[in-house]
Amino acid sequence: MKYYLSTKFKIEYLLFLSACFLIVRCSDTSEVYKLGKNEKISPGKINNAIHEEIAVTPPPFSDGVFPCNDCHAFRKPSPVRRKLEWHEDITDMFNHDSENRWCLDCHDLVKRDSLRLASGKLLDFKESYKLCGQCHGDKLRDWKVGVHGKRTGEWNGKKQYYLCVSCHNPHSPKFKSIKPEAPPFREDESIK
Amino acid sequence: MKKPVNYSGRRNFLKNLSLFAVGSIALSGCGSATMKEFLQKNFRTLSKKEKDDIIKDLEKKYTARYGKEFHVTDEPAADGVEFGYALDLSRCIGCRRCVYACVKENNQSRDPQIHYIQVLQMEKEKGIDFAHSDVHYNPDLVPEEGYFYVPVQCQQCRNPQCTEVCPVKATWQEPDGIVVVDYNWCIGCRYCMAACPYGARHFNWGEPHIPAEEINPETHYLGNRPRMKGVVEKCTFCLKRVRDGKYPACVEVCPVGARKFGNLLDPESEIRYILANKRVLVLKQELNTQPKFYYFFGV
Amino acid sequence: MNFLRFVNGSFKIITRGSALYYSWVTFLILLIVWGGFGYSHQLAHGLIVTHMRDSVSWAFYIGNFTFLVGVAAASVMLVIPAYVYHWKPIKEIVIFGELLAICAVIMCLCFIVVDIGSPLRFWHMLPGIGILNFPSSLLSWDFFVLNSYFILNLIIVVYLLYCHFYKKEYKVSFVVPLVLFSIPLAIGIHTVTAFLFNALPGRPFWNSALLAPRFLASAFCSGPAILLILFQILRKITKFEIKDEAIWTIAELMVYAMFIYLFFTVAELFKEFYSGTENILYWKYLLFGIGKNHEIVIYSWSSIIMGSIAFLLFLIPGTRKNFITLNIGAVLIYGSVYIEKGIALIVPGFTPDTLGQIYVYTPSITEVRTAVMIFSGGFLLFTFLSKIAIAIVFEDYSINTLNSKKSEDRVKEVPIAM
Repeated sequence: MKYYLSTKFKIEYLLFLSACFLIVRCSDTSEVYKLGKNEKISPGKINNAIHEEIAVTPPPFSDGVFPCNDCHAFRKPSPVRRKLEWHEDITDMFNHDSENRWCLDCHDLVKRDSLRLASGKLLDFKESYKLCGQCHGDKLRDWKVGVHGKRTGEWNGKKQYYLCVSCHNPHSPKFKSIKPEAPPFREDESIK
Repeated sequence: MKKPVNYSGRRNFLKNLSLFAVGSIALSGCGSATMKEFLQKNFRTLSKKEKDDIIKDLEKKYTARYGKEFHVTDEPAADGVEFGYALDLSRCIGCRRCVYACVKENNQSRDPQIHYIQVLQMEKEKGIDFAHSDVHYNPDLVPEEGYFYVPVQCQQCRNPQCTEVCPVKATWQEPDGIVVVDYNWCIGCRYCMAACPYGARHFNWGEPHIPAEEINPETHYLGNRPRMKGVVEKCTFCLKRVRDGKYPACVEVCPVGARKFGNLLDPESEIRYILANKRVLVLKQELNTQPKFYYFFGV
Repeated sequence: MNFLRFVNGSFKIITRGSALYYSWVTFLILLIVWGGFGYSHQLAHGLIVTHMRDSVSWAFYIGNFTFLVGVAAASVMLVIPAYVYHWKPIKEIVIFGELLAICAVIMCLCFIVVDIGSPLRFWHMLPGIGILNFPSSLLSWDFFVLNSYFILNLIIVVYLLYCHFYKKEYKVSFVVPLVLFSIPLAIGIHTVTAFLFNALPGRPFWNSALLAPRFLASAFCSGPAILLILFQILRKITKFEIKDEAIWTIAELMVYAMFIYLFFTVAELFKEFYSGTENILYWKYLLFGIGKNHEIVIYSWSSIIMGSIAFLLFLIPGTRKNFITLNIGAVLIYGSVYIEKGIALIVPGFTPDTLGQIYVYTPSITEVRTAVMIFSGGFLLFTFLSKIAIAIVFEDYSINTLNSKKSEDRVKEVPIAM
């Protein structure tokens, strides 16, 4: 069944694109939720925050991949697990419980610019931590308090959180080994 | 009655006079600024005005030497703050980014090399075992299979051995818990280095050298201002940064978020969360130094 | 101004002597100059010219300091048996013991000055102008006891020589209490120096309760050895009378000290090697080396072997009473304790370091030169002081000699009252 692009649909589509555009632009600013100079974030405060939003870094999209609906609006969605013809860079390295999970367990079937919780609730990519937290609840708990993962800023004020995906590639989350910096000079070399 | 004339007395007097003259000429050869710095007393005993004068002189000196505008502050400790640190041993990968971020932030000498943070590679099967650890590990990639990493720096002990043994009280613990050194008062006897059980104190064996383009001009008198030959220095939890409210450099740079820092007196800080919810340990606990630097296992 | 004349007279003594004396003095001065240039290199470049580094932050200088504190303490310890055994030449023995103590303390202070990173800042330690961390820091205790011991000995010796110079009887009520007080002070300096190391829980090699007793025992072994040899030299070149029996008694006392010292060492070794905790590593490095690092094994075993041979030589009455073997034994025990305090005490305390890393320390040429400078200076000072003491005490050099010499020289007599 092919989609027929009526004028009404085109307008809706354009509005949707503008909304996505605005969201992407706005998510370039680091703070969604601004804090005063010495205002502290506490676990209690976070949980009671109005939109349950946390100041995070923007999602690290590769160039040109977002918004997804640029391409997926024209494609017929299929929920059947299969080998994809596109996104080989991801499918080749996919290693996130690959026996039991595949793309559509996290990505929504229809609204490709959203992520999807098991309950069916849709999430913006900026809130991807909630999706990770579905299975990794203890990490989410620690992350919210700042005990899991890197956090920069002020110990007694504004802090910059990093999205899970800033450090963990969601398609292959295990940290790769990196080259260490140089070891300290041997003390006996300094006496030669 | 005969009284012999005392030739030796006159000779001695003339000799002493000439020595005194030579001595004063020699001493006056030193600039008055050098004399002022030489006669400076222990920082804690100085008045506010004296401290401000000293700091102004230091700023001038450093600006002239390094060609960048230097700022030295003597920001005191804030009330109700006691700094604590926690390091996640299950996450550290031994990449040493913290070591070099610390070197840059704290103006440590590059040659001779001083590192406040020593990262020890230990075997997983042996657990925390200093005798079999290696600080000079240099594989192509970290973490290496079968090993884990324990970075050690000043533990800012509650019961510091180093401050007790200093013969001139050049090192003390500030109210916010950081152990500091007055570099202008330290005589370089290195008793504190013998006393420290964690190897956290380092000595400027030679004249420190920092490349001018890498120098950090935002400094604190008791913290990261450039030091001189013959004095002891150590990690101060980035005194300048933390008293400005920021995280220490090592906390910010760690790529895996293994380092956590906060105010132990704030029940809602992440450090208190760790103490309450993770199982922490301290190094060489049997020595009763009561460090404020905890190690925990996040996973 | 009597005192100035005494000083002046003393100065005259050291400027005249035999060819042997002058060649000895010249030799020492050459060594001082050679060493002095080494030290100036250190002053210019900092302590980086030594081989000390963060891992081994105290080494040769502090080792020598510790050894010399032992010598300073032990030399006065001889005073006790002098009184107990009622030896006739009591004041001579006291004087030489104290002269040795003075020179040793001066050398100790010199070793501290060359070891600290900013020697010009030493005034920071003076109570009153600087800040002295008393009673918390054991270095502050060391400061007090060493300086008190030095001043006390200086007063006693100068007073005794001054009285002798002016042919006056010394006041027993002044001297004897001071001398008796110098005995606990002598024990004090060595105990405080031992406590300096003992106080550090982060250094398990030193954190043993036996450290201070071992220090004292080794001091009693080695200090009298110098005096043994010195008395024999004095006997030959001056009118100094000391019977063989007196020397043998000193040697006998040293045997007890040596036995206690060896016993303490065995006790330490048993505790470490039987319990087999991680603290065994320091002793292992000392005696057997760790891995590829065997640098000080030779020193520790030479010290043990020399000490054991000396013990046997002193123990067996035949060899003790034979002056050749006695002197060999004295040199051996002195060398054994020097190696033990200088290298075998300090270096294993730092190897492996607090984080388990091993840095192999051996003294650099600058450290050796500076040490040679200080030792030569100390020997020179001791030579001068001994010469003065010998002249005043044994050769009747006094104010009369000075006066008669002056009347021969060019002094004019000025009539005061007509």
